[in-house]
Amino acid sequence: MSLPSTFSEHCVLPPLDSSLPRNWFSTLVPFLRDDETLLTYFETDLDDQLSYVDGIVLLTSRRLLVTSPSAQAPAERATPDSASSARSTSSASSTSSARSISWESFDVTDDARLVRQDYSGVGALELFNARARVAVWRYTLGRDGAAGRLINSFERLQARRRSATEGSLAPDGGAPPTAFAEHGNSPHGDADADADPETQSPPSTWVLFRLWRFARPYRWRLFAGFLLSLASTGATLVPPYLTMPLMDKILIPYQNGHPIDTGQVTFYLTGLFGAALVAWALGWARTYILAWVSERIGADLRIGTYEHLLKLSQEYFGGKRTGDLIARIGSETDRINVFISLHFLDFATDVLMITMTTCILVSINPSLALVTLIPLPVIAWMIHTVREKLRLGFERVDRIWAEITNVLADTIPGIRVVKAFAQEKREAERFRTANRHNLEGNDKVNRVWSLFGPTVTLLTEVGVLVVWAFGIWQISKDEITVGVLTAFIAYIGRFYTRLDSMSRIVSVTQKAAAGAKRIFDVLDHVSNVPEPEDPVRLEAVEGRIELRDAGFRYGTRNVIRHLNLAIEPGEMIGLVGHSGSGKSTLINLICRFYDLAEGAILVDGVDIRALPIAEYRKNIGLVLQEPFLFFGTIAENIAYGKPDATREQIVAAARAAHAHEFILRLPHAYDSLVGERGQSLSGGERQRISIARALLIDPKILILDEATSSVDSTTEKEIQRALDNLVHGRTTIAIAHRLSTLRKASRLVVLDRGEIVETGDHDALMESQGHYYRLYQTQKQNAEQEEDQ
Amino acid sequence: MTPGIQLDRNAFGRLVFTDATGETYENVVPVRAFPITAPDAGFSLVDLEGKELAWVDSIDALCNDARELVLQTFAAREFMPVIEKIVGVSSFLTPSVWKVETDRGKTQLILAGEENIRRLAPPALLVTDSHGIHYLIRDRGALDKQSKKYLDRFL
Repeated sequence: MSLPSTFSEHCVLPPLDSSLPRNWFSTLVPFLRDDETLLTYFETDLDDQLSYVDGIVLLTSRRLLVTSPSAQAPAERATPDSASSARSTSSASSTSSARSISWESFDVTDDARLVRQDYSGVGALELFNARARVAVWRYTLGRDGAAGRLINSFERLQARRRSATEGSLAPDGGAPPTAFAEHGNSPHGDADADADPETQSPPSTWVLFRLWRFARPYRWRLFAGFLLSLASTGATLVPPYLTMPLMDKILIPYQNGHPIDTGQVTFYLTGLFGAALVAWALGWARTYILAWVSERIGADLRIGTYEHLLKLSQEYFGGKRTGDLIARIGSETDRINVFISLHFLDFATDVLMITMTTCILVSINPSLALVTLIPLPVIAWMIHTVREKLRLGFERVDRIWAEITNVLADTIPGIRVVKAFAQEKREAERFRTANRHNLEGNDKVNRVWSLFGPTVTLLTEVGVLVVWAFGIWQISKDEITVGVLTAFIAYIGRFYTRLDSMSRIVSVTQKAAAGAKRIFDVLDHVSNVPEPEDPVRLEAVEGRIELRDAGFRYGTRNVIRHLNLAIEPGEMIGLVGHSGSGKSTLINLICRFYDLAEGAILVDGVDIRALPIAEYRKNIGLVLQEPFLFFGTIAENIAYGKPDATREQIVAAARAAHAHEFILRLPHAYDSLVGERGQSLSGGERQRISIARALLIDPKILILDEATSSVDSTTEKEIQRALDNLVHGRTTIAIAHRLSTLRKASRLVVLDRGEIVETGDHDALMESQGHYYRLYQTQKQNAEQEEDQ
Repeated sequence: MTPGIQLDRNAFGRLVFTDATGETYENVVPVRAFPITAPDAGFSLVDLEGKELAWVDSIDALCNDARELVLQTFAAREFMPVIEKIVGVSSFLTPSVWKVETDRGKTQLILAGEENIRRLAPPALLVTDSHGIHYLIRDRGALDKQSKKYLDRFL
């Protein structure tokens, strides 16, 4: 962006200017003093009444410059001017636009504090002085990161000014405009991420062409299939042509008294039969080849989508429903598959057939051919109109279908809850409602295209009639022979059948396009936990974890903020706090199921975003509250993270996890089936299997997320013994609701609302009588009450 | 710990295990760790409460007498007929009664559902009947044509 030269005379703008929105410039420039530099800026987008109004908060080397969005507001809103925080309001008319923007100025004084807070998606940036709040600016939370950066710069500026006044009196305008170097990316970065990738435009048929990526490996076979289509279509066009001489040279002459020439009859009939045979053979080969190809394309599509899906971040799965994803991968790939194998082929054949027939007809008799083609434009127009309606309709039907699957995917895993609360009727009703929606959607679509098919048929019937009439008239004028008319009738029979089937294809094509769109939705979704482009490889992980100014939010909720924590290799950290204090989120962040919004997590001094994801996670052993066992044998489940583990290793891991003996008691020991439909195991047993699983991969970092909270205290002791084996020599981060289970932790970190409020060992924290003390007391009382009962 | 294992059978027909320190345990049961996928990979000697007394890496590591005893116990305890031929099935819909010829003779089994046929490391299959008895099919491909035809209808 190049600047008008007049501006640069007024002030020296740092590199920032290239990213500063242009519209603020013109009104801003007159206010800047010559020695003033812009450090950073922050765009607000809400006013005091939370209406959308653009505004900007600028931090210069001297002060905060802020637009007041509503011209009349500032006067009444202004708090009494104070000595420490002078507020001056002035107005300027922009030369480039009619809009008038007034600027407010706040000096950066030592006692000024800039604080942000947020509530349900609305952030507020507040400026305080020693006595009162001076101003507040509001913004949507997408801009929270930028607000944080503004605060950082603000505090650094204060510090710099303080040191400048304490030392020699440096000219404060000379503050180096370095603040912007760490600004890094544009502050809009966060806001842009909120843009919904799934725009609601109807699926265009062009999306089907994107399937080419999957068809490419089979292009030669597809080409062969196409050639075969061409040939077999050609072969089916031979018979009607032969009816012409059959009529004109044999039947009509016979009626006029000539004897039938048997030789010729045999010749033509053989020709007819031969053509039929050739068409049969070619048709068979074509169908087989294309079905073969389409099955493979379908499989590749399914596998590709699933592989991509597995790579997506936890966040994606959090936002999607299981049934919807299953429907996308299962039924929609299949639909595309059917489309390619049957309908696409048919369509190609139809187009070929129509073109070839037209050529033949025109070559026989152009004027009659013209009459034959009359219904064609009408049908083409109809196809066009109906298509629009159908493609919207079919996408809706698809979404409803996903809803049906969703009901099933919700209910079947949660069947115990459904039964326990006797809600079978309600679930049935939910399913019925989903089905009713499905019916409604389908009815709507069907109304359109059920009318469409017969209309095409009617048009073709009328077309045949017209051809008869015109043909008879032409014969009466001796322009054509009876044979020609017969051939025409035979051809247009085929011709119109093709048109008819083409019209049916419209609906199938739209269905496939809708399916393809939904699949490409998944495929186009870029994981927001991206693989690093230039990955750093850690040879041997020691297990030092460091969180630097970490911040994260779910939607509009700030879950983690300004978190700084360093964990030494081999140390065991206990995370303590109320539920909702951000413990689990912290763990998800360390596992890199999500990426931080702000700050960094470093393992052995390397940002985890620079490490290859799978390689990084190999160093992490995760034991969850609800251990998940896959369908398979116990041995397979233990070896899940290390499929090539030997039997001895599996047994050793199970032994260390105190699972060996109960496994031996099962009817097939390590070969017993567990997971869905498998042997039922108790919570503690399942947990010990998952501990064995974590032990087997021998991770340097171990994460225990409420590993013992779903079992009774006897089992807990057993699990605890298993865990003690596991914890040894590893960096461990443990969350436990029961504080007693954290007795081995070398440090306890107490979290409250996403921030660390206390750290220290049990005794120190008890002594300080803070958060931890209160938590501990509550639990102790609860435990005593339980004992009393 | 393998070499120090000494096993005897007492008058009640139970196994008695003497460990390296000379302590004896009665009513000892040998349990295979991987009875299906690797029967010979290793087994454990447990007492009646299920507590492990000793682990044996391989049955071959035992001395002849002990091995003989262990194998005898296994033979008496483990019941997993190997299906050699499917003579007939009552229906292709489950539950279905199968007439089979096994290595232990002819029998009938009730297959409650298709999911009770489990794929082991190929080509082996494990069929569990409605009473929980497991039947092994060592090699699907090695069955005769008619048996394969029956089996295919359930896979």
